[in-house]
Amino acid sequence: MNRPWILWIPLAVVAFIGGLAFYGLAVPKDDQVHSAMIGKKLPAFALPAATAGVPALSNTDIADGKPRLLNIFASWCLPCKAEAPQLEALKAAGIEIDAIAIRDKPEDVAAFLAEFGNPFRRIGSDSEMLVQLKLGSSGVPETYVIGGDGTILFQHIGDIRAEHVPMLIEKVNAAR
Amino acid sequence: MRAIVPILLTLSTPVIAQGSGPMPPLANRQLVDPAKEAQAMRLMHSLRCIQCQGQSIADSDAAMAATMRAEVRQQIAAGEKPEAIRSWMIDRYGEWVSFEPDMKGAGLLLWIAPFFIFLASIWLARGLFRRRA
Repeated sequence: MNRPWILWIPLAVVAFIGGLAFYGLAVPKDDQVHSAMIGKKLPAFALPAATAGVPALSNTDIADGKPRLLNIFASWCLPCKAEAPQLEALKAAGIEIDAIAIRDKPEDVAAFLAEFGNPFRRIGSDSEMLVQLKLGSSGVPETYVIGGDGTILFQHIGDIRAEHVPMLIEKVNAAR
Repeated sequence: MRAIVPILLTLSTPVIAQGSGPMPPLANRQLVDPAKEAQAMRLMHSLRCIQCQGQSIADSDAAMAATMRAEVRQQIAAGEKPEAIRSWMIDRYGEWVSFEPDMKGAGLLLWIAPFFIFLASIWLARGLFRRRA
């Protein structure tokens, strides 16, 4: 064999693949699908009111010069119930929250608000999930930080836990 | 008790966990023009469902997939090109949403790697054959 180094190539390839396997085991997998809309403007939409007594929601309602949170929720979604106290805490901290209810019925939204309180200024009803699709949102619940000019600044996927509240307050205040 | 279990299972949360909104009309209804429907169908098989991550939106029963199918059909019906719709989806969900990797960045590497492996194998084989001869 005049080129003994060539014998090492298969070993190097196997070691590389083995290394990848160990890397895959060591680094936890991120199953979340993040929106690619961060840094872009809200898409244009006008949703009807999700239930009586709470105003409807359009993109111009959100982009009124004041940064706020946009919560994507549904009355049929369990983690949405779990995050209700955190939304109340955010509201108590002076943050305005608008919401989009996904595939929901007016009476179910009303019952949800009656049971868990209403921290929302406006709730739009996205019964066909078409606005959710335009937002690059992948499920419920999700919470977006929206700048005063309607720019999507941040996406929080999953329910808001107590430890996320200060971070969200800071992000909204930083956008003021 | 045995008889009740299937009934309880059908009423369990996974079944009702998708909410009760209406499906967009085009989610499960074909386009009238067969050529356009074929175009839409091809695209739907190559877009990944956001909710049930391993399936294409053509194969998935999830509500999100229904909405994505409706969006694809609606845009195809409006005369949009399939690749433009793929870009529309990628603009919202990232490269991840497409089953066909784009020919740039890591995607490009994926496309050209077989070519390089082919060249390398010819080079290796050449040495082997020469020795035999």
